[in-house]
Amino acid sequence: MLKYRINKLNELFSSIAENRLLYIPSDGTDGRAHYTRWQDGIVLSDKLNTVRSAKDFFFPQSENLIEFERNGKEIKVNDIRKEPEDFVIFGVRACDAASFDILDRVFLSEPVDSYYASRREHGIVMTLACDRPAETCFCTTFGIDPACPGGDISCWQSGDWIYIEANTEKGKVFLNGLDLAMEQCDENEIAEDKKVICERIGKLPINNLPMDCFGAGKTETYFNDPAWAKLSESCLGCGTCTFVCPTCQCYDIKDFDTGSSIRRFRCWDSCMYSDFTMMSAGQPRPTQLERFRQRFMHKLVYFPENNDGIFGCVGCGRCLSRCPISMNIVKVIKNLGGNSNV
Amino acid sequence: MYDRREPLIPTIGTVTDIRIDTPDVKTFRVVTLDGKKAFEHIPGQCAMLSIPGVGEAMFSITSSPTNEEFMEFSIKKCGCLTDWLHAMDVKQQLTIRGPYGNGFPVDTEFVGKDLLFIAGGIGLAPLRSVINYVRHYRGRYGKVDIVYGSRSMQDLVDYNEIIDEWAKDAGISVHLTIDREQPEWDGHVGFVPNYVKELGFAPNRVAVLCGPPIMIKFTLSGLFELGFDKTQVYTTMELRMKCGIGKCGRCNIGSKYVCKDGPVFRFDQLDELPSEY
Repeated sequence: MLKYRINKLNELFSSIAENRLLYIPSDGTDGRAHYTRWQDGIVLSDKLNTVRSAKDFFFPQSENLIEFERNGKEIKVNDIRKEPEDFVIFGVRACDAASFDILDRVFLSEPVDSYYASRREHGIVMTLACDRPAETCFCTTFGIDPACPGGDISCWQSGDWIYIEANTEKGKVFLNGLDLAMEQCDENEIAEDKKVICERIGKLPINNLPMDCFGAGKTETYFNDPAWAKLSESCLGCGTCTFVCPTCQCYDIKDFDTGSSIRRFRCWDSCMYSDFTMMSAGQPRPTQLERFRQRFMHKLVYFPENNDGIFGCVGCGRCLSRCPISMNIVKVIKNLGGNSNV
Repeated sequence: MYDRREPLIPTIGTVTDIRIDTPDVKTFRVVTLDGKKAFEHIPGQCAMLSIPGVGEAMFSITSSPTNEEFMEFSIKKCGCLTDWLHAMDVKQQLTIRGPYGNGFPVDTEFVGKDLLFIAGGIGLAPLRSVINYVRHYRGRYGKVDIVYGSRSMQDLVDYNEIIDEWAKDAGISVHLTIDREQPEWDGHVGFVPNYVKELGFAPNRVAVLCGPPIMIKFTLSGLFELGFDKTQVYTTMELRMKCGIGKCGRCNIGSKYVCKDGPVFRFDQLDELPSEY
């Protein structure tokens, strides 16, 4: 393990940014944290988490896929893909870091999505332990440890120091390449900090939701649960939950006529929208109930069924704080199967 | 040049022939720019066709894999992209990618069995690929019956091929029906489910169903009355798709994606999925 003076954080960022794009959570004019391209003067936010998740770096809200030229009856395809620039995301929390493993299972399974894969290869994830988890945090429900945040490199802020440890070969090579005098140290120096984090999250209200009753093979148990009607009753279908969610990865593919070419782009889509499944032949999910159910069944049953039991949620709590009608996955978990009331 | 393989990037095809099948169905013949088949496929698999700027959608490949020269797609006019396809002329280029999905088990579960194909309207499109595959490898399969119905005579897709080729093959019986009487029609009149029951097939064969949901529902219960089991009956599904590779997230029925785990399902497999289709 290495450590570096916290008052020299700017030098650490400056060193990283020498050869790569660096993004850190920084407070915007709205007073909320957003990933921001670092340059001198950009200060690390002290907020727990960013408004949007870190999935944007690998799976951006909108990206161009291909370009076509149409000339009379002829069509030409232009492959507009480029090698992405090397980049580092600093300050990713344990929940968002865990979301990358979930996204990897979708985009890196055969046939591999080359847009996602190349960003993954060019990106380095530097995580930051959560010394002050919030009431909306429930990452521990999914076996995520906010005191050991993962990614290529884990960081801890403690006293006068930032502690740094590489978790992957890529992280090791990157740290060795930094032209900085970091001190070697013993990982016991932050043992107490880790303990405090675990104690703090242990006291939070939703840190340990009962997940044993969900997962593979539970479609029949929950698909026709009468609770869906009540849970989805007030859903506005705005899709906010899907957009702030670090694991939601459904997308749409559309064409845009630039005047001189047709640009085919991909953008985030939401299972909460009616046209998501609309066909000329009909609509398999005619009301908000079916759309709402799809989102949660996917995360709690379908995804684990196809992915070795891993749930499609990392407990970041963004949907809890952003939903305009205060509906969220925690209420769904608590109310399915004839449990308590909303 | 970026050299990584990307499943979402299509190749260019040219439409070399357009056949008018019915007032709202045309069959399009497609080859690559160098005049070849775009890719090999299994009967029942699909391809993504697109006119850039208009749209991209999934269509079942109507031609048999045994056709080594070209692919065909029978397409009903029912939306933005299909309206455009119906309005275009030959030599129009389009984009194509695939093949997608599992296809029918023509080289495994179908082998050695008597086969019963039941289709309604444009539902014949995905079955045409299997039927012509079975005709090509005739010795591998037992007796073949084809029950096909449409609203009217004019709405029967592939009518000439059915009459001039399929009906003349040894060991293949074709049973056509239309919903309502027409003066020039001397064949059977009535709905497909009733006709299947009237024909009274012995339940010792594999049945393949494709058509509108209402036809599927009633035909299926008719087959059960005749003694068929769910494990003997196959169908092919259609849901909205964007990627074709199980990633865009919209064509799932429960934990199965129609684009990659389907579109072909046996009814006992469908039974294990929620009824959201």
